[in-house]
Amino acid sequence: MATPTLVRGARATQSTITLKIAMAVSGILFILFVLAHMYGNLKVFSGEEAFNSYAEHLRTIGAPIFPRTGVLWILRVGLIASLIVHVACAVTLARRAGRARPVQYQVKRNVNSAFSSRTMRWGGATILMFLIWHLLNFTIVKINPTGGETENPYRLLVDNFGVWWMTIIYLVAMAALALHLHHGTWSSLQTLGLTNSPLARQRAKLAGWVVAVVVAGGFSLVPLSVLVGITK
Amino acid sequence: MIGTMNLTLKIWRQPHAEAQGGMREYQVSGISEDMSFLEMLDILNEQLQEQGEEPVAFDHDCREGICGSCSLMINGQAHGPEVTTSCQLHMRSFKDGDTITIEPWRSEAFPVVKDLVVNRSAFDRIIQSGGYISANTGSAPEANSVPAPREKAMRAFNVATCIGCGACVAACPNGSASLFLGAKITHLGELPQGQPERYERIVDMVAQHDAEGFGGCTNIGECAAACPKGIPLDVISQLNKDLRTAIKAGR
Ligand code: HEM
Ligand code: SF4
Ligand code: FES
Repeated sequence: MATPTLVRGARATQSTITLKIAMAVSGILFILFVLAHMYGNLKVFSGEEAFNSYAEHLRTIGAPIFPRTGVLWILRVGLIASLIVHVACAVTLARRAGRARPVQYQVKRNVNSAFSSRTMRWGGATILMFLIWHLLNFTIVKINPTGGETENPYRLLVDNFGVWWMTIIYLVAMAALALHLHHGTWSSLQTLGLTNSPLARQRAKLAGWVVAVVVAGGFSLVPLSVLVGITK
Repeated sequence: MIGTMNLTLKIWRQPHAEAQGGMREYQVSGISEDMSFLEMLDILNEQLQEQGEEPVAFDHDCREGICGSCSLMINGQAHGPEVTTSCQLHMRSFKDGDTITIEPWRSEAFPVVKDLVVNRSAFDRIIQSGGYISANTGSAPEANSVPAPREKAMRAFNVATCIGCGACVAACPNGSASLFLGAKITHLGELPQGQPERYERIVDMVAQHDAEGFGGCTNIGECAAACPKGIPLDVISQLNKDLRTAIKAGR
């Protein structure tokens, strides 16, 4: 039981809401990132040459002012920092929520909440596992399950999605991402205090649907197009 | 009897705060659909008393939906299946032969005192830490001397209906009291009288909320669905917005 005394010298920055704001800001940075990343992936449909030159271009943004991969590394460091903040706050808040209800209900009905809102922690953990695999797969180790080329980004991608279980891993991850974004988009707007009326709340929830469908749907087009043989 | 029900009740029994509790099963019969839920529990208690058993302790006071003390988790829903308080819930919401599970609010900050009674003093301390305005006592000021814009006044009045029942905490999967906090913050923050202490208030009330052991909000929305007074989720947005403003002001 908490101590029945009044808190003295309270600071706004030490509150649970501050942790939530940190999650919302890092989450919105992720949304911007995944939108850009998804858009970039669609270059696959312009063919091997266009896709590979896009991948190369990512490494030469800002040249010659910045060294090769300089800007890319700035973005990467920013994303890694956001990831650390996002996950650290998620773990802190999840543990706090666990302590807030030490005895569970025998019967508990959830009557008015989205499935996505109640699966944020599991979904987040799924995305984190996928993220590690995905970076090993395409960036750090570059794993080609068919034993083919690894330095040609287009071939690496098409070869990967030629393998059925690889396609499944990616589609499941996109389903998890869609759920996370469905709730996360509206939740971040609410956490930032931007949904002060029923209309604003309705719009934020709609934005959650749009972001989830656009991001997860957009990403999924690539493995699906390999699956049905449009992209080879 | 025509129009009466026989029910099976599964109730959390716990002799005192430190005791180990458990679920017990009871049968009640001849329950009229016009009875309130608490009257149904009164019948059970009379029955238990006749049998020489300890009656079930549950909190209640006004029995008209305004005091907020009748905290009961009924079949997994705070205050049961209707949007109202347990005392204003009627047995017509149930049917003959039903099994009804009744539990206390489950929250680290609301320890069980006995059976279904929990201690909600944590809410009092949150109010004490900032849920007030400072005004000179003496003769009442002229009512129209401080004009309040209609929109703001309406919002303040609507959320001032919060009765501090704790259903929002009981329903929240995170055990957060953000809806209660948001109702108080919005109620006082929308009115001119609430302005001088506005940002001090939010920092102190949120800190007290956190210190009491309530969880953080993840905007799930079970609270607003359980609230007998229909406090909407946008008060939590207001809460977050005011805290953000307090951070910017260096508080
Ligand atoms: C890497 C692993 C990740 C974990 C462990 C994780 C976990 C979580 C958790 C537990 C929440 C809070 C749940 C809630 O507020 O209801 C959350 C919120 C959020 N997440 Fe993630 N997440 C991860 C990755 C991502 C990614 C990749 C994105 C975006 C593409 C993202 C976007 C968001 C957003 C926008 C929010 C809402 C913040 C708020 O409620 O204010 N997250 N995340
Ligand atoms: S916000 Fe609603 S549910 Fe929460 S304490 Fe107030 S009246 Fe009860
Ligand atoms: S007993 Fe007062 S609100 Fe139910």
